[in-house]
Amino acid sequence: MSPANSHFVALENVRKRFDELEVLRGINLTVDLHQVVCLIGASGSGKSTLLRCINLLERVDEGTIVVDGQTITDGKVDVNALRRSIGIVFQAYNLFPHMTVLDNVTLAPIHARGLSKQAARARARELLASIGLADKADEFPDRLSGGQQQRVAIARALAMEPNLLLLDEITSALDPQLVGEVLALVRGLAEVGMTMIIATHEMSFARDVADKICFLDAGVILEEGPAGQLFSEPKEERTREFLRRVIEAGRI
Amino acid sequence: MGKFLDTFFSPLDFIRAVPQVWDGFQTNLKLMVIAEALVLVFALAVAIIRGLPGRAALPLRAAAVVYTDFFRGTPLILVLFLIFGGLPALNMAVISDLSFFTSGVIALTLVYTAYVTEVYRAGIESVHPSQRMAARSLGLTYSQALRLVILPQAIRRVVPPLLNDFIGLQKDTALVTVIGVTEAVAQANFYASDYFNYAGLTVAAVFFVILTIPLARFTDSLIKERERRERAQAV
Repeated sequence: MSPANSHFVALENVRKRFDELEVLRGINLTVDLHQVVCLIGASGSGKSTLLRCINLLERVDEGTIVVDGQTITDGKVDVNALRRSIGIVFQAYNLFPHMTVLDNVTLAPIHARGLSKQAARARARELLASIGLADKADEFPDRLSGGQQQRVAIARALAMEPNLLLLDEITSALDPQLVGEVLALVRGLAEVGMTMIIATHEMSFARDVADKICFLDAGVILEEGPAGQLFSEPKEERTREFLRRVIEAGRI
Repeated sequence: MGKFLDTFFSPLDFIRAVPQVWDGFQTNLKLMVIAEALVLVFALAVAIIRGLPGRAALPLRAAAVVYTDFFRGTPLILVLFLIFGGLPALNMAVISDLSFFTSGVIALTLVYTAYVTEVYRAGIESVHPSQRMAARSLGLTYSQALRLVILPQAIRRVVPPLLNDFIGLQKDTALVTVIGVTEAVAQANFYASDYFNYAGLTVAAVFFVILTIPLARFTDSLIKERERRERAQAV
């Protein structure tokens, strides 16, 4: 087994370009099973694009991505099967507004995993109960607060029983008082060993929950390390500058 | 003034023309119901084809564009003559032996499918791309995402403009009179030549208006309802 295969997720020299703009300029990243990796960095540094490459919502131009021993960038992979095992949650929740909360959560288990309607609903109700939203099952998303909607979006991803969860700035669209409930849910997932890659601006959350923090700058991972080290003794000048600005903005 | 009233609103002629015009109007009703049902299905199909991704679907997309461009740009009356007069000239089985009625249905369907395709397409494009992305990210296939997530939202949004096009279609069923379908306007004209009175045309007009007014009000109320909902959501 080559070293690249011993990690659950391994990105090697991943490049992605949108027209003239090269968003990812050679990303190398490894994530082990049950590890939580946080991606930090300014808006536009490539965090979202990186996450979207991992479940093939974006195709990489160069480089390889290996997930669970499978090279997903060679064009032969079953995209739908891959996405069934990788959950992603977006900044804007992206719930389906024409469906109830319960239907949002059961849609993919029924149609992509082939669960019976009954089984999917039973599991979805359990899942909603576990995140304190049992009483919202029959509501439509627009009746919920932002924090509740985002928790439903997480439940929708979890309903597929993914072995990797990608969180794309999931609290950035929330009112400050609603951030806590969503982060608490993610903390709980980290505690039960969910493998996660999290793009976030919540530095104190990242410091608490992450096994590894990666600082993205202009499409490369400029610096990475355990949370304690990266926040207290950053090596790169750009990292120091970014953290200084974050502290000034009161986000730590 | 007396002459005017007598020509268009003579009570005797009005009442006498009603059964005859109604007889023809039933053909209009049949035309509209059949054409509308066909338009709903075909237009959705063409709209979906126009949105297909990838290079492989390019010929299909191109065909759909050519179709909508052609039939949106061609007057219905011309299409009617093409189908009614042109197809029989081909001397081919089935397509050269169409009845007046079938020719009318085909012409109406061809022209209005082109319009309604654009309505559907606008609806599909109004659904934010993040909805498709969310559906695909859960492992749903392209067609599942379309069927379960995109179309239900898109169709809900296009019901008012769609009904508006149907009002147009209902009125245009009168045009098939030019290829010899004995519908309401044809019957009104027969009445006029039999009795030298045009009240039959007024009767036909009343029939058409009675049919379209409820649809127009229904469309208005749908639009109002949606505006109310969107305002409520914005708060």
